Amino acid sequence: MIYFEEVSKMYPDESLALDGVTFSVEPNEFISVVGHSGAGKTTLLKMIVAEEYPTSGSVLVSSEEVHKLKGEAINRLRRRIGIIFQDFRLLSHKTVYENVAFAMEVAGRTEEEIHSDVPHALELVGITRKMWNFPNELSGGEQQRVAIARAIVNQPEIVIADEPTGNLDPENTYDIVQILKRINNLETTVIIATHNTGVVEALNNRVVVLDSGKVVRDTKCPNLIV
Amino acid sequence: MFFTKLKRVIRYGFLNFWRNAFISATSVLVMVITLLFIGSIIFISAILAASLDGVRTQVDLSVTFIPEAPNIEILALKEELEARPDVASVMYSSREEVLSEFRERHAGDRIILQTMEELGRNPLGANLTIQAYNPESYQDIAAFLEPEMALGGGENIIYRINFRDNELAISRLTSLIGAVERFGLVLTVALAFVSVLITFNTVRLIIYTAREEIAVMRLVGASTRYIRGPFVISGVLYGVIAALITLAVFYPMTYWLGELTENFFIGLNVFNYYLENFLQIFLLTVLSGVFIGGISSYMAVKRYLKI
Repeated sequence: MIYFEEVSKMYPDESLALDGVTFSVEPNEFISVVGHSGAGKTTLLKMIVAEEYPTSGSVLVSSEEVHKLKGEAINRLRRRIGIIFQDFRLLSHKTVYENVAFAMEVAGRTEEEIHSDVPHALELVGITRKMWNFPNELSGGEQQRVAIARAIVNQPEIVIADEPTGNLDPENTYDIVQILKRINNLETTVIIATHNTGVVEALNNRVVVLDSGKVVRDTKCPNLIV
Repeated sequence: MFFTKLKRVIRYGFLNFWRNAFISATSVLVMVITLLFIGSIIFISAILAASLDGVRTQVDLSVTFIPEAPNIEILALKEELEARPDVASVMYSSREEVLSEFRERHAGDRIILQTMEELGRNPLGANLTIQAYNPESYQDIAAFLEPEMALGGGENIIYRINFRDNELAISRLTSLIGAVERFGLVLTVALAFVSVLITFNTVRLIIYTAREEIAVMRLVGASTRYIRGPFVISGVLYGVIAALITLAVFYPMTYWLGELTENFFIGLNVFNYYLENFLQIFLLTVLSGVFIGGISSYMAVKRYLKI
């Protein structure tokens, strides 16, 4: 489903974020990308949604070479991928409902579909009772639940999460991991970048270890020590 | 789908405006100042134009003929003058009219009146009062009236051209009017430009605070138009509301200044001018507001869409 072929990325300051990365992700797989800060995890995820462009190599999503897409084709690709950020990145002047509905609106969904699917997505992440609150009225854990609801409401093929538990306490971290597992069980490919070994162990799935922009280990072993 | 998206864009434009109440109020305030300024330019131009017109009508060229000048020749000259493209009007005063006017003017001066009585005849010649479209033309008209030019070298019937007396004053006034017009135009354009820049930067700052949200919208797959639309709608709303406030402020402002401008400048009451030209001023103010608000937002968002 996703293929990285010899992908390298050098930033203008000449720092090498990715160095010949090659690996693939199968449909419905749950994969954790781990590594220390600066190992290249975020750059790798950004490549999938064309937020970053490789210096060399190519990234394919469902046989489409991501970085050759232009204009509306990039928008269409992004609508097929749900994104979750460490800092939630909700739209501050929209309510919880509107934040989730926004993802459906940009995908061209009808009002009827939105009215029916948004509450369902909010229910899945357990935040229905705060549907009409604004993001600044929610805790960190609640905001991340809203961000997950926004990422999954269009039933995307892929969900990518960049340090989704980085700003959360252990209890909320556990909840978010469980929600991501549930999403994966609904036949969605999930890629999570984290440096939290507790999360990796709790997920007990395939792990790709990055170090200085290189894949140094790719294993199904759950008891990996980063 | 187009109309559904359009409806959503408009709805979010209004919601953004309402939910960012403080920011919206700030932008409206800045835009009110800009529009007040643009509107003031209209009034200043009107006052200036009225004053200049007033000054121009005050200036005329008076030709006094010798008492013996035959009426037929004077009227022929009048016709010739009226045919000139630079002449706005020519008024003929007969010898009798000139005399009665002279008597009225000196009604209180017994010595002068007695002298006239003793003379036993009308010593005054007929008169032509010429008004030109432009003060610069008086020089040419005066040259045309030089007796030999007017009458082809015949007998000199003109006693005096009083332009010659006022020549220096008229020439100074003409260049002053020209300088005021040029200065007014340059000042207007420069200040309008500065005020539009201030508004543009205010809107740009507001959109700068929303740059991360624009990035998120981009990453969930929103199209350029769908992201930009609500910002442009909010910008247009700033403009419309600011224009309505500006028009409301103009009412008491021009009312208060009306009498002052009427007395100080030649006859133009800005309050009456505002009421008489309300539709044009309304359209100009609202369209300026909509244009500045809309274009500022459109351009400011562009910068953050490159993801």
